[in-house]
Amino acid sequence: MTLRIEIDNLTKHFGEIKAVDGVSFSVNKGEVLGFLGPNGAGKSTTMKMVTGFLTPTSGTVRVCGYDVLTDPIAVKASLGYLPEGAPAYADMTPDSFLKFIADIRGLSGAAKQHAVELAADRAQIKHVMFQPIETLSKGYKRRVGLAQSILHNPPVLILDEPTDGLDPNQKHEVRTLINEMAHDKAIIISTHILEEVHALCHRNVLIANGKIKFDGTPHELEAMSRYHNAVCVSVANVDNDSLAAFLTQLDYIAELEVLPGSRGFRVYPHNAKQITAELSQSIRDNNWQIDSLHAENGRLDEVFRTITMGGNK
Amino acid sequence: MNMSNIWFIMKRELNGYFATPVAYVFIISFLLLTGFATFFVGNFFERGEADLYPFFSIHPWIYVLLIPAISMRLWSEERKSGSIELLMTLPVSVFEAVLGKFLAAWAFTGLALFLNFPLWITVNYLGSPDNGVIITGFLGSFLMAGGFLAIGACVSATTKNQVIAFVLSLIVSLIFVLSGYGIVLDFFSSWAPTALVDAISSFSFLTHFDAISKGVIDMRDMLYFASVIMVWLFANAIVVNARKAD
Repeated sequence: MTLRIEIDNLTKHFGEIKAVDGVSFSVNKGEVLGFLGPNGAGKSTTMKMVTGFLTPTSGTVRVCGYDVLTDPIAVKASLGYLPEGAPAYADMTPDSFLKFIADIRGLSGAAKQHAVELAADRAQIKHVMFQPIETLSKGYKRRVGLAQSILHNPPVLILDEPTDGLDPNQKHEVRTLINEMAHDKAIIISTHILEEVHALCHRNVLIANGKIKFDGTPHELEAMSRYHNAVCVSVANVDNDSLAAFLTQLDYIAELEVLPGSRGFRVYPHNAKQITAELSQSIRDNNWQIDSLHAENGRLDEVFRTITMGGNK
Repeated sequence: MNMSNIWFIMKRELNGYFATPVAYVFIISFLLLTGFATFFVGNFFERGEADLYPFFSIHPWIYVLLIPAISMRLWSEERKSGSIELLMTLPVSVFEAVLGKFLAAWAFTGLALFLNFPLWITVNYLGSPDNGVIITGFLGSFLMAGGFLAIGACVSATTKNQVIAFVLSLIVSLIFVLSGYGIVLDFFSSWAPTALVDAISSFSFLTHFDAISKGVIDMRDMLYFASVIMVWLFANAIVVNARKAD
């Protein structure tokens, strides 16, 4: 494992406001880190400090071993960055814009041509290369920004809300692209789209009010849900009252909840234990017919709410 | 300092001028204004002298009015559109960016100035002027334009609003010109010690440009404009660093 991004006790104050407060984490090569949190949690501010745009109040950032304070140019050379909102030079065309980026990134001649073509191809903007960026749709602008960030094949990618404003197909394409690039890069993506946690991320850092509230795998994040390993069950040949009475007396079930609309219940095990096998056995022992029975992984939106709102109390 | 970065930023910026009508509007206005001022205000023909003094002497005033229109977008546009975040996270230093943008604006102004060459041909056709004086005049005018541009570039970094950048640059430029203007100096000389009046007048673009436009190459005048440019560009870099993320 190669450590590519090391963030240690990073803090940023804007006057009295602590936008980022003692944030530490690191990202290895081959890892996609999902940076989650509500709007205003400090995600963008953290990313701006990692990329050298903002100077931290305190703390250190190292990218590929270079300190962003003492060696900012080396840090900037080794990363690709898609800022929030994907800003670009509106009066340029994607073609001239990407060529400018290639120039600044030190590419020339055939290497420059190849890099521009490859980035345009990967970001799927080839057919709009000669239209002014200001005339492009939000989705295309975002992809021009993405093309810019991956142009020089950087070892580190920092993408601030890369799929914001894209339609479901475009989101899928961008996620596929990020997955393809993941193996030899260290990638941080910020998002508040929770489906991306599974689609993209190997690890998540969740921040709220400038502080890290969670750092772990998507699976661990789900396991924090009260729905984790809860089981939804419905049975054909028995009435609801008898089923409820039967389920409540089972010793591995802590709580029972009537599912709205349809027949059936959601049962919560003690300590989020896996109970699917036991439960289906218990029901079949009564010669009842199971209509459906499935365990839940956990709900990210609920975990997200609990963790981030909890910080405000 | 990485020279190629400065060159790439300059090239991009220069192309930006021509991507919009700004460049053409500026060049045409500049030529119309200098032409009008030379012939009607400066009485080019009536003077009956084969030189371009009426042409050059009007330059400070035209620059006060028009240079802010060139410089206003340099940084305020970057800040407004957010592209400054992109630029400042590319492997370029702030000073390279400041210099690249300034040089683009300066080269563009140089082009507009150069397009006045028919006037030079005219005066050569009508008489036999001292072409050395005229070349010195162009050089001095070009240097002075750099001074105005450096002021404008720095001011443009203080705001996201191009109109505010324009007005503020115009005011600061005006101060730098007026401090050498007769009426203003008379006002000071009535009560202030001579040393102070001299100091005020020595800060003026007018004082330094006047000598150059008459063909007198004094290193101190050259040095004055060079230092004005450097000081304002240095301030520009400081402002960009301080305000880039606001």
